[in-house]
Amino acid sequence: MSFSLNGAEVSLPGGTSLLLALREYGLNGPKLGCGEEACGACHVLVDGVSLPSCALPVEAVAGKSVTTLEGLGSAEHPHPLQTAFLEEQAGQCAYCLSGIMISAAALLARGPRPSEAAVREALQPHLCRCHSHNRILRAVMRAIA
Amino acid sequence: MNLAFHGTADDKPRLPGSLHVNRMLSQWLEFSAEGFVTARPGKVELGQGILTALSQIVAEELDVALARVRLLPATTGTSPNEAVTSGSLSVQESGMALRHASADARGIFLSVISQRSGVSPEDIRVEDGAFIGPAGPLGSYWELAGQGLLEAEASPDARPKAPGARRLAGTSQPRLDLPAKLFGQGRFIHDLRLPGMLHARMIRPPAPGATLIDLAPTDARLVRDGGFLAVLAATEAEAERAAGRLRPRWSPGTGLPENTEAWLRAAPGEDSVVEARGETAPATITREFHRPYFTHASVGLCCAVALWEGATVQVWSHTQGPYNLRADLAKALKLPPENIVVRHAEGAGCYGHNGADDVALDAALCARAVPGTPVRALWTRAEELAYGPQSPAMLVRVEATTDEAGLITHWASHVRSNGHSGRPGRGAVATLLAAPWIEGGQPMPASINPPVAGGGGAQRNAIPGYDFPNLYVGLTRITDMPIRTSALRGLGALIHVWAIESVMDELAERAGMDPVEYRLRHLSDPRARVVLEKAADMAGWPGEGMGVAVARYKNLGAWCAVVARVEAEERVRCRHLWIAADMGEVINPDGAVNQLEGGALHGVSVALHERTRHDGTRIISDSWAEYPVLRFADVPAVTTALIQRPDERPLGAGEASMAPAIAAIAGGIFSALGTRPRRLPFTPENL
Repeated sequence: MSFSLNGAEVSLPGGTSLLLALREYGLNGPKLGCGEEACGACHVLVDGVSLPSCALPVEAVAGKSVTTLEGLGSAEHPHPLQTAFLEEQAGQCAYCLSGIMISAAALLARGPRPSEAAVREALQPHLCRCHSHNRILRAVMRAIA
Repeated sequence: MNLAFHGTADDKPRLPGSLHVNRMLSQWLEFSAEGFVTARPGKVELGQGILTALSQIVAEELDVALARVRLLPATTGTSPNEAVTSGSLSVQESGMALRHASADARGIFLSVISQRSGVSPEDIRVEDGAFIGPAGPLGSYWELAGQGLLEAEASPDARPKAPGARRLAGTSQPRLDLPAKLFGQGRFIHDLRLPGMLHARMIRPPAPGATLIDLAPTDARLVRDGGFLAVLAATEAEAERAAGRLRPRWSPGTGLPENTEAWLRAAPGEDSVVEARGETAPATITREFHRPYFTHASVGLCCAVALWEGATVQVWSHTQGPYNLRADLAKALKLPPENIVVRHAEGAGCYGHNGADDVALDAALCARAVPGTPVRALWTRAEELAYGPQSPAMLVRVEATTDEAGLITHWASHVRSNGHSGRPGRGAVATLLAAPWIEGGQPMPASINPPVAGGGGAQRNAIPGYDFPNLYVGLTRITDMPIRTSALRGLGALIHVWAIESVMDELAERAGMDPVEYRLRHLSDPRARVVLEKAADMAGWPGEGMGVAVARYKNLGAWCAVVARVEAEERVRCRHLWIAADMGEVINPDGAVNQLEGGALHGVSVALHERTRHDGTRIISDSWAEYPVLRFADVPAVTTALIQRPDERPLGAGEASMAPAIAAIAGGIFSALGTRPRRLPFTPENL
């Protein structure tokens, strides 16, 4: 199955979820949390839209553009969200943060400064069981500012 | 409570924290010629930031830059045995050990350099690991590395810095592990990929007590040991598919109580007296409080990797207690503990004893079938919610007696609950999920309660912090265990603080007094008074929909007061929490605030959302749809104040705020609705 992954063309075997295909490929960002599209840990950008990848067949992204946490930025060239999450120390165990930053990135890319209510709405699919929600909201608002 | 379970070297001079039972400096610290120092704590990172706090302590006492400190993940055989990373005790036990060991190490190096150079120790200062005399550099830790200077027992005479001299401990340093996790650099156990590694998925009995009758032939790579069933495959996707194709037949289970509350009243158990002083008297009011089972519900799935070579096995695990896990793996696998190496690898937050240890046995059983090949075992969401240990359902009855002024003269309470600890490594029989199912396995032992001196379990915080002249606290530990129970953040404190504070509110109302004022009339503990007054002040107490609670966690740890403001429409929402906490010395204030806020919001989730549901045969809340938790839309604002006391012992931040948050929400519900909650969670059906 051919698609663009973090800016490079790849061809991955089908017959599986996009999440497991990405992890089998060697990526660490997207995480398996439930397999039922209910926790947000596996979100990736598909043509700019934040989607759960745990139940999405890899066939569904053929010819599309997929971005994971690794494609947002790196330690050398961090995405503004990654910088803001470090500045706010927005997280505890951080297992949920890849998916959260992906949804926040989609929101930021959509246009002019979203309100805090819009940020909450965008992050509603995501669980954070360490309960760092308020720091996460602050970090996203900081990245917007 | 960890060291009490671990035993102590009683004939030895007292050393701080876990250093007392792991006395060699070389167990904790090692300098390298390349200019860094390796520290080996036995406590593990759970997302709480402990590695950062411990690094600060080491860098502080050694006088080296924080970046020179490297922490190794706890590993059996090489790391000190610090039992379990639990109970908000890691700074007390590991931090104070590392502080003393580092101060001792600094003194040893200073002494050697002083003798070698002839410069008096008073004239030598240490700057980022370099020892500098009046005429210039005299040597460094790095230059003297590898000379065996730390092959010595720690001296009780070592003197860590005075509180006023600290420059790193007590400052908000950023988390050392966070960048790798924000950039997807593979720091989680889930990211561990060993060459040739196979993937395992387990197939569980559908209900407690169900046994395997037979299994249709399959083309899957099957691992079977008694009633333990798993499949192996080269990829996760194949393992999932193979597990889904198996068609085992199971016997019916042994059944679960249809009505938990009725079961709690009637189930057999062991009675004990937790505390008794003074006399008893006829009760002015009697109130009962009930909480259901709930569970850890980590966002991450439990995971372990195991590799057998001959009669030895290595296990990578996000366990809270590598040595304790090793002890139970040894029992279940019938191996000497020396043949097992448990290596800690970071997982998602666990919030207590979840399935982290269980999946390690799953991985070891699976990998035993393929010697020389590493196997990664991963749980499903359903296993996570329905097969991991549950925090037990509980019933508390409180009777209080007041005088003419409405002040409390007698207090009596009784709690009925399963034990709150089924942790591995503490008994004769393994407590890992799969242990009873495998050939020759023994039944799961009923969970226990740590003693009150160690913080207690079901009886944790059952003893009120108020000055009641007459007090009786009783406990029935239920010995039937239809649902496996173990430790979850706060343990018994979650119901007791709520029960105590609810009765305090009700008696304040009867006495015509403000709830804060009524508490202060019964509260001589000065540190409890300070946090209570601070939280009330921050919140602008009193106010519509506000409730308040104060407790000292475990009666031994941090003091914490919470004011909650709630709104009640078709359901209750918590809108704001104000937290004031005194945990003595704080190593990393930002980390402490993060923990306090996380604990309080976890309390909001438990108060308003969480309940493990079961029918007469099995747990049915085995998906996020069936086990709802707090999400972004309902997260309240949180305002937190630390009462910092650098001269006092550090007391831990992770659990102190959770029970007061639940209790404060209950008080807020009365203020908003005029109803006093008696059953968790505080949903419309329970109000």
